[in-house]
Amino acid sequence: MRIDVNSFVGAYPFRRVPGTSPDALLAAMDRVAVDQAWISHLPSVFWREPAAGNPWLYNTTRRMERLRPVPAVHPGLPGWEQLVREARDEGAPAVRCDPTYYGLDPTGPELRALVARCGEESMPLLLAVRLEDARQRHPNDRAGELPPWAIRTLIRIHPAVRFLVTHAERSFLEEVHFGSTPEEAARIWWDISWVWGPPEDHLQTLLGSVGIGRFVFGTGQPLRLPETSVAKLDLLDLGADERSAIESKNAASIASSASPEPKSRRSRVAT
Amino acid sequence: MLIDVHAHFLHDRSPRNDWRERNASRLRAGERVGITVHVASILGSWGATSPIYFPSPDDIEYGNTFLLNLQRAHGSRIRGYAVVNPNFQRHALAELDRCLDAGMIGIKLAASRRADDSLLDPICRAAADRGVPVLHHIWQHRRRDYPGQEASDAVELGALASRHPRVNFLLAHIAGGGDWIHTLAAARDRPNVFLDLSGSGVDGGMLEACVTQIGVERLVWGCDLTIDTGWAKLRYLQHLLPAAELELVAWRNAARIFPRNAFLAD
Repeated sequence: MRIDVNSFVGAYPFRRVPGTSPDALLAAMDRVAVDQAWISHLPSVFWREPAAGNPWLYNTTRRMERLRPVPAVHPGLPGWEQLVREARDEGAPAVRCDPTYYGLDPTGPELRALVARCGEESMPLLLAVRLEDARQRHPNDRAGELPPWAIRTLIRIHPAVRFLVTHAERSFLEEVHFGSTPEEAARIWWDISWVWGPPEDHLQTLLGSVGIGRFVFGTGQPLRLPETSVAKLDLLDLGADERSAIESKNAASIASSASPEPKSRRSRVAT
Repeated sequence: MLIDVHAHFLHDRSPRNDWRERNASRLRAGERVGITVHVASILGSWGATSPIYFPSPDDIEYGNTFLLNLQRAHGSRIRGYAVVNPNFQRHALAELDRCLDAGMIGIKLAASRRADDSLLDPICRAAADRGVPVLHHIWQHRRRDYPGQEASDAVELGALASRHPRVNFLLAHIAGGGDWIHTLAAARDRPNVFLDLSGSGVDGGMLEACVTQIGVERLVWGCDLTIDTGWAKLRYLQHLLPAAELELVAWRNAARIFPRNAFLAD
C-alpha cells in the first residue's frame, strides 16, 4: 500500500504542466504504484477565494475512490470555520492552507485561529513550504516560501493540532523538529518529496535523527515527477515495516483520526 | 550501460569531514541505479582554501590529482574532467595537458569567467585539438549576477559554442536551478550544445520539453548532487521514450562526444 499525501489536480498558472487532470493523475499513480492520493485543487491556491475549488474537489473524489480530498481553507474570509466541519463530513484526511499565496501572515491572527480550530476539530492541517524551486519561479509568482519559524510558532497554538508539512528540505525540517519539544514534534509529519537522497543522504540522516514515524510518502505531482520519492526509498536499506510506515501507515494514522473514510469508500479501497 | 556525465567527488582538503562517506555513498547508490561510469570533477578545494567557483591553481592541481588517483583506483567506474580556471591562462593550458595526458576525458569549466569571454577561447581550442568535450556550469536564465560565481546561461554558452563548432559542450544541469524554459529556447539551434539532465529539479513537463525542443540526440543523463532525482528522471524517460532513444540519453550520446575508448563498453 502506498499513499501519496501530496498530489494536485488542475492547471498551474505559471507554466505548462502535463497530466493535471484526475484521469492523468490516476495514470501516473498506476505508473509508480501509488494506491491512494490525497489531492488538492491546484488552481484555487491562487484564487482570491481558494475554497471555491472545494466543491469540484469533493465531486471528483466521490467519483474516484483512490483519491481523497484535501480542501483549502482561507481563514481570512468569512465563514471559513464551516469549511473545516465540511471537510470532516466529506472524509478529508486534512485541510490545507497556503498563507503566503493568500497574502496572509503565516503566523498572523488568521492562521492562529485556523490552527486552533483544527486542533479543536482534530483535523490535520497541511502546509506546503513551497510549490516550486525558488530559482525558477515566474517573475510574477512572488509569494514567499513558508518559513520554519511559522511551523514552530503555530504548533504551539493548540496542544492537539497536527501538521502535515510538504516540500520541506533537511535544514528546514531539522530547524523545526529540534526547535520544538518532543511533544510538539510528535504532532508534525513531513513528506519526503523535497529531501535529498544520496550522495548527501539527507533522508537517511533524518530517518535516523528525527525518526521514521515522522515521515510520509509525498510527491508533489504533477508539478514534480512522482518517480523521485519512490527512487529515494529504493535507495535506502529499509526493512519492510519501516518502508510500510513511510509509504502508508504513518499517513493512515493521520487520516484515521481526522476523518474516517465514508463507508462506501472503505468498502472499495483496499488498505 | 549508463553514464553519469555530471558527478563530483570530495577529498581530504575539502571542508567536509564526511568526504569519504559521501564518495562511498555516490558509488554505492550508483551500483543500485546501474551507473556504469561516473564522469566526475572536483572543484578545487570546494571552498576550503579558495572559492568553489574561483579555485586557485594550487587547489585545482590538488583536486585534479586526487580525481586522477580515484580514476586509477576504481578502474572503469570513474572518469575525470580536468578543472581549470581561465583567469590563470598559462596554468589552465598546462593543467589541461597534464590531466588529459594522464587519462582524463573532458574539461570542466565552472563559473570563474563568463562563458562568452575571450579568455575561454584558448581552452576551447585545446578541447578541439584534444577531441574532448567541455562541461560548462550553467545558471538557467541568468537574470543578474549571483554571489560566489561568475555564472553563465545558455545564451552565453551558445556564443562560445558558435565560436568553436568543433567542440561539443555539455550545458550543465538543466534541472539545477533557474528557468530551464529559457535555456531550451536558447540552446535549440546550437547543434554542438548537449543538455545534461542532472540537478535536483524534477519538474513535471521538463523532460517532455527537452525531448521536443532539443531532441534525444542532444540529451545526456546525469545526476550531479542528487542521485535520487537522476534515477527518477531515468525511470520517467523509460516511460517516455522508446528503448533505442532511451539508450541515446543513457549512454550512447555520451559515448559519441567523449573520446573514443573513453568508456570500456562503448
